[in-house]
Amino acid sequence: MEERLAVIKGVTKRFGKTTALSAVDLELMPGRIIGLLGPNGSGKTTLIKLMNGLLQPDQGSIDIAGSAPGPETKALVSYLPDRMYIADWMRVKDLMHFFQDFYRDFDPDRARSMLDSLGIAEKARIKNMSKGTREKVQLVMVMSRRARLYLLDEPIGGVDPASRDFILRTILTNYSEEATVLISTHLISDVEKILDEVIFLKDGQVVRRDRVDDLRESEGKSVDALFREIFSVIPVKEVPHDEKAH
Amino acid sequence: MEWKINDNSPIFLQLEEQLLTAVVSGYFPPGSRLPSVRELAAEAGVNPNTMQRAFAGLEGRGVILTNRTAGRSVTEDMEIIRAIRREKAREEARAFLKRMQGLGYSPEEVRQVLSETEAEEEEVWKKDLQS
Repeated sequence: MEERLAVIKGVTKRFGKTTALSAVDLELMPGRIIGLLGPNGSGKTTLIKLMNGLLQPDQGSIDIAGSAPGPETKALVSYLPDRMYIADWMRVKDLMHFFQDFYRDFDPDRARSMLDSLGIAEKARIKNMSKGTREKVQLVMVMSRRARLYLLDEPIGGVDPASRDFILRTILTNYSEEATVLISTHLISDVEKILDEVIFLKDGQVVRRDRVDDLRESEGKSVDALFREIFSVIPVKEVPHDEKAH
Repeated sequence: MEWKINDNSPIFLQLEEQLLTAVVSGYFPPGSRLPSVRELAAEAGVNPNTMQRAFAGLEGRGVILTNRTAGRSVTEDMEIIRAIRREKAREEARAFLKRMQGLGYSPEEVRQVLSETEAEEEEVWKKDLQS
């Protein structure tokens, strides 16, 4: 049997009275691109932060390649947060040194070739870049690590459709075959083609998990269409007053 | 090559069909070496595992041969390629007939409209040559 890369067992996370995740069980196999799908507030970011050791579960356990999230797993997990964390004053090359110092698996050649195809100079300053370009630079850094697990929180949230395409291709061509990529997003139609499997999160619970093509086969529709169905809020029909009386 | 993926059916089946068309049309000639799964996946913007699954389907039908050292290549067996070409032509014809039926055309009328259109196309083609 294939070895599991990550095992999440009965994980619950609360913030005050709000339950962000409730008894989540998940296993991630190596060599997959997995979509973590759900509307805002469904627990996607919380789950990724837990896997990355930025949050601690209230109940349950997380295991990544044999260890709980911590220094050992950080060496093999490459994380793209849902917000910018790059310091403004840096140039791209400073950022590359920074990544090289922090991560042994950072591959500067890979970063250079991606920056090249984006037309971003190494001496360019972060503060002079547009928001979209900054996001791309951040993704380039994250994908330039030869990690075993990539946790990408909304990698295409803030960019235009053409850039989305670039970012998805960057992900496709740069993950190694035995690595797994977990991508959280609510822009499903854009990512559907590159995914092996999807995990649907709703109100902090896994409501569905399937291979994309199995789902298309059994449902006869795209993942995007199914997502809209599962998460649609059906407006309550207004009953006219005179009908109510009868 | 240009790939088109729609929302209606499994992606690997769509890739399989498009690869078959590429073989039948000679885009990938008999006996030629195929690009790697990863290359084609990147080109189509799909997951490599999905492209792999499509390849496996074509291997199962004998259209693609895997050689441990030389990678994958298109079969040189013209019988297999011709059979697939026929099958695809029939598929297209069936779909066309169904649509014509939807327009209320009888088989006789379909044949008539086909030969008329063909003649028109030929005229256009001749004019293009002259100009």
